[in-house]
Amino acid sequence: MSLDFTTWSCPLPLRDYPNVVIGHGGGGKLTAELIHHLFAPAFGDEALRQLGDAAVLALDGVRLAISTDSFVVRPLFFPGGSIGELAVNGTVNDLAMMGARPLYLTAGFIVEEGLPLSQLGAIVERMAAAARAAGVRVVAGDTKVVDKGHGDGVFINTTGVGLIPNGVRIGPDRARPGDCVLINGFIGDHGMAIMSVREGLQFETTIASDTAPLHDLVAAMLDVAPGAIHALRDPTRGGLAAALNEIAVASQVGIQIDERALPVHPDVQAACDLLGMDPIYVANEGKLVAFVAEEAAEAVLARMRAHPLGQGAAMIGRVVAQPAGLVTARTAIGGTRVIPMPLGEQLPRIC
Amino acid sequence: MKYLAEFRNGEIAQRLAAEIRRLTTRPWAIMEVCGGQTHSIIRNGIDQLLPPEIELIHGPGCPVCVTPLEVIDKALAIASRPDVIFCSFGDMLRVPGSHKDLFRVKGEGGDVRVVYSPLDAVAIARDNPHKQVVFFGIGFETTAPANAMAVVVAKRQGLKNFSMLVSHVLVPPALEAILNSPANRVQAFLAAGHVCTVMGYWQYPPLAEKYHTPIVVTGFEPLDLLEGIRRAVRQLEAGEACVENAYPRAVTFEGNRPAQRMLAEVFELTDRAWRGIGVIPNSGWRLRDAYREFDAEARFDVAGIHTQESPICRSGDVLQGKIKPYECPAFGKQCTPRTPLGATMVSSEGACAAYYNYGRFA
Repeated sequence: MSLDFTTWSCPLPLRDYPNVVIGHGGGGKLTAELIHHLFAPAFGDEALRQLGDAAVLALDGVRLAISTDSFVVRPLFFPGGSIGELAVNGTVNDLAMMGARPLYLTAGFIVEEGLPLSQLGAIVERMAAAARAAGVRVVAGDTKVVDKGHGDGVFINTTGVGLIPNGVRIGPDRARPGDCVLINGFIGDHGMAIMSVREGLQFETTIASDTAPLHDLVAAMLDVAPGAIHALRDPTRGGLAAALNEIAVASQVGIQIDERALPVHPDVQAACDLLGMDPIYVANEGKLVAFVAEEAAEAVLARMRAHPLGQGAAMIGRVVAQPAGLVTARTAIGGTRVIPMPLGEQLPRIC
Repeated sequence: MKYLAEFRNGEIAQRLAAEIRRLTTRPWAIMEVCGGQTHSIIRNGIDQLLPPEIELIHGPGCPVCVTPLEVIDKALAIASRPDVIFCSFGDMLRVPGSHKDLFRVKGEGGDVRVVYSPLDAVAIARDNPHKQVVFFGIGFETTAPANAMAVVVAKRQGLKNFSMLVSHVLVPPALEAILNSPANRVQAFLAAGHVCTVMGYWQYPPLAEKYHTPIVVTGFEPLDLLEGIRRAVRQLEAGEACVENAYPRAVTFEGNRPAQRMLAEVFELTDRAWRGIGVIPNSGWRLRDAYREFDAEARFDVAGIHTQESPICRSGDVLQGKIKPYECPAFGKQCTPRTPLGATMVSSEGACAAYYNYGRFA
């Protein structure tokens, strides 16, 4: 018998998939590869290449922000919201992350044959309520129906248009060494709320989705110091880790996070511990991470905490010059770790 | 959550680390056996708190890592069948076989589902009587009781459409194989807390004595690991070699007797191949004859598979501290985070990826 412990190693995940896999929609490396190698080269547009949450277009002296987002969530209703609220707030937030005031939305529905009209009605009611709450008008729409088994109840696409106020310059490539990294509250609530009701993984919890429109919070922050807010991102798929990595790469800076400063609800932490997940990779739908010039950070943080959607706001880290493109964390016990970009979806661990 | 947050206290961690530094007078190589412990060490930066004399060697206790390529390929073949619903723990979906992984099978139309308990797979079998439902029963003694229970329940319910692809592996034979290996550098073990929760630690005193090697049953939170390391170092420095339990809030000497009885009822010992290591005699479990009807290997015709691992990757040497990442001929050339050849380059937490990202090429 020959045993060789010297060549022992962990097997590596495959990266070069010939077909689309679920991970391509996970908001991690696989999604980024699809964008960089397939979509961006094909369309080759300057505005698209900025890779902001929304495209910024100058038009007759005004600057428009345009964004589009599709919503595919199972189940359609979950603690704290439904696909309806997500479809409005998700696109509103993409506009808000460029500092824009959201004005108009379009809504496209791809409905699966057999969906009860009462459910579709309830979803649309919730969309309408969310749009009213956010102060945006839904001005155009489209409906398609696909055969039973070819959809998941309903998929919704929304496209949004907003206006960027003069003097506001926010972009994923504008974070600078010295900037403070702020977040407006608990991370991971949305992802764990969905997981708590997903088939096969149900567990009892009071965790609710944090879905909310963030443009009013952004406007309040801009009021304090319009020029000091360099970059904003809503950490949705891929969680805070993906958002931080995207900014680190786009701005060519390093980001250092203090893990002890990360706001995590105890129930979310407990659920993550149970499933072997890390809240920093879990999705949010009502959170933003802000990169703010040091001299204005305290004032912006105070203003965030005075806003209903920022009561749990915290300063979680700093931007540094090196190593560029890398996110690191100071751990609770005083060590350091790299926070890598997630590959695809986070998976419950076996041990 | 109680029993977790208290064991992540930074101040106590610093005190334990200081105590380990005080105890340490010379170099020691300690292996943490379980992949969950490795994950926690890297995630929390525990290794960075230790004196340079203490080297942690990452053990083979990662079920995802040691499951042989052949078994992965069998899983892929079964999951690709149109009449099969293939159920697995989540993290097995990304483990590559020879040519693809379960994610790709799913992308090609296979019905692959993530479950958190094998009993969920039994329920899926009950709800889908016209489908064959197969559960991927891998892992160490930790996951085995639930898998055994699933087979027992399926038998009790008379389910004809449920089976399990079993590739269970056992910790004590692996430890003995490591200690017997001529290349062995391990001087003490942190035994895997979860495995011992099920099995107890009555199997370890003969090993500790025969090989004069301290074995400390250790948990997974930062303070658990630091306490385990502290006890191992204390024994090493004192020239002792006994078994200690540093995880008493979960582990007893006897372990979980009802679980052990169920395991003995359902499984029997068998030789097992460990990925990257080789065959270790009596190091795994397979279904006993009384439950053989639930063996997916027998139910589906899956055989004749060849493995193909990277011949130039030296991540095994990197993992054991024998070479630095940049001393591997593939580092930064054929092997980068974008095109990793070994586990240590896959995750940014891996040594090679960290060296690459920080630009340490010499």
